Amino acid sequence: MNIPVYLDNNATTPMDPSVLEAMLPYFVEKFGNAASRNHPFGWVAEEAVDYAREQVAKLIGASEKEIIFTSGATESDNLAIKGVFEMYHEKGNHIITTVTEHKAVLDACKHVEKLGGKVTYLPVKEDGLVDLAELEAAMTPETILVSIMYGNNEIGVVQPVKEISAIAHKHGALFMTDAVQAVGKIPVDVNADGIDLLALSAHKIYGPKGVGALYVRRKGPRVKVTAQMDGGGHERGMRSGTLNVPGIVGLGKACELCMQEMESEAIRLSALRDKLQAELTVLEESYVNGNQEHRLPHVANISFKYVEGEGLMMAMKDLAVSSGSACTSASLEPSYVLKSLGLSDDLAHSSIRFGLGRFTTEEEVDYAIEVTKKSVTHLRELSPLWEMFKEGIDLDSIEWAEH
Amino acid sequence: MAYSEKVIDHYTNPRNVGTLDKASHKVGTGLVGAPECGDVMRLQIQVDDNNVITDAKFKTFGCGSAIASSSLATEWLKGKSIDDAMKIDNMDIVEELALPPVKIHCSVLAEDAIKAAINDYRVKNGLEAIVSEKVHH
Repeated sequence: MNIPVYLDNNATTPMDPSVLEAMLPYFVEKFGNAASRNHPFGWVAEEAVDYAREQVAKLIGASEKEIIFTSGATESDNLAIKGVFEMYHEKGNHIITTVTEHKAVLDACKHVEKLGGKVTYLPVKEDGLVDLAELEAAMTPETILVSIMYGNNEIGVVQPVKEISAIAHKHGALFMTDAVQAVGKIPVDVNADGIDLLALSAHKIYGPKGVGALYVRRKGPRVKVTAQMDGGGHERGMRSGTLNVPGIVGLGKACELCMQEMESEAIRLSALRDKLQAELTVLEESYVNGNQEHRLPHVANISFKYVEGEGLMMAMKDLAVSSGSACTSASLEPSYVLKSLGLSDDLAHSSIRFGLGRFTTEEEVDYAIEVTKKSVTHLRELSPLWEMFKEGIDLDSIEWAEH
Repeated sequence: MAYSEKVIDHYTNPRNVGTLDKASHKVGTGLVGAPECGDVMRLQIQVDDNNVITDAKFKTFGCGSAIASSSLATEWLKGKSIDDAMKIDNMDIVEELALPPVKIHCSVLAEDAIKAAINDYRVKNGLEAIVSEKVHH
């Protein structure tokens, strides 16, 4: 077992060695520009990109012509939202999203608002899922796009994507999803799910950083986005810039591996995750955040009440996890995702996200359980709130001196 | 963000964790911060007849820097008169623990806890509470 143990696979994943192997020839030996149409160097690169395009398309049930390579999911989200807004502004100016989206989606929506667009930020239910009736009620004749993430990065809940896309389509809007956390982890099919645009990233699926893709539907309906990067007209004019051939080859290989391993990995990881969760919720006053039925197989977000998340992570220094506590930020605001579930601030401050991955072993999960239990117990001994709780004092009855 | 060695030392081996008898008139208790803000400190002092602090205990809910700040505060308080203790400045804590700017509020909280504990003791013993004029930035 390697110490420290990495359980932050929602932040990024280590690259699979076979992905690296696939990429290596494309740095020095096969260095051509995929847009060089007149010599073998360009052809070799183009062939590699075409093959990767097929690998990516296959994983999400798309056609290779519908894949636009980008620098990552942040760019894909921006291209989809700003690009749809600009392309369809004559049809309407309204976009619907949710408050628990990734910042790339939220900030792209904020940008659209500055351009005169209207954006509805739907709240979510206590379990993190979108209320379909609220979505339906928010739809207007002006709505051109519904952008709702597939699986959440902090709590792992999986949205009812089929139902959401059906509502969007019924009202003549396009459906876009940030599927960064879901693609390669659970079956995602753009046709079965009714997806018109989909953002994905390589580094969350054991591929390299700095490369991702945007799926843009070509049939029923044919979707277009206005380019956000002008230049040589690459990627069917939607994303200019010389293609990152080694990165794209890596993304393709990563998708192929996910295709092969996803099913068995989902079973293995959900069993490990369930074990972790069962063992840790044995601790008094610990709560699992988010819907436990509709969620990704590899994530557990748990609040350990009366212990502060950052302090806890410091105690678990040989365990790499992340916390909803934002003690390091100047704002002192804890995670907006957890808060939008209706979690009180103190529970949001007390949360830890455990993200398992392809290289996580049972031994590591056992280690994580042991270290977490020990650290929570240790910090509770240091916690005045825990002492008060044990004495039966209602913490809500105390007038805290806010600072 | 990397923590300084002193923060890690206090965090790993916190000094004077515990609880003194809140009801005793020889004990002053300061409880500052709020759970919503992610840190709560409780600092207690035991004072003898010469107004000298003979014991200090803390419990803190918060990040490593908050725990280290309160641990350090208890160390500094022991043996000091309550008048001298009142002079402990949050910037002394920042300096000693090499806290980065985002963690300065932890030291402010520790200073507030010290003052609150002393004032609690003073009020219990028929003295006036001392209002701090200091404005934290």
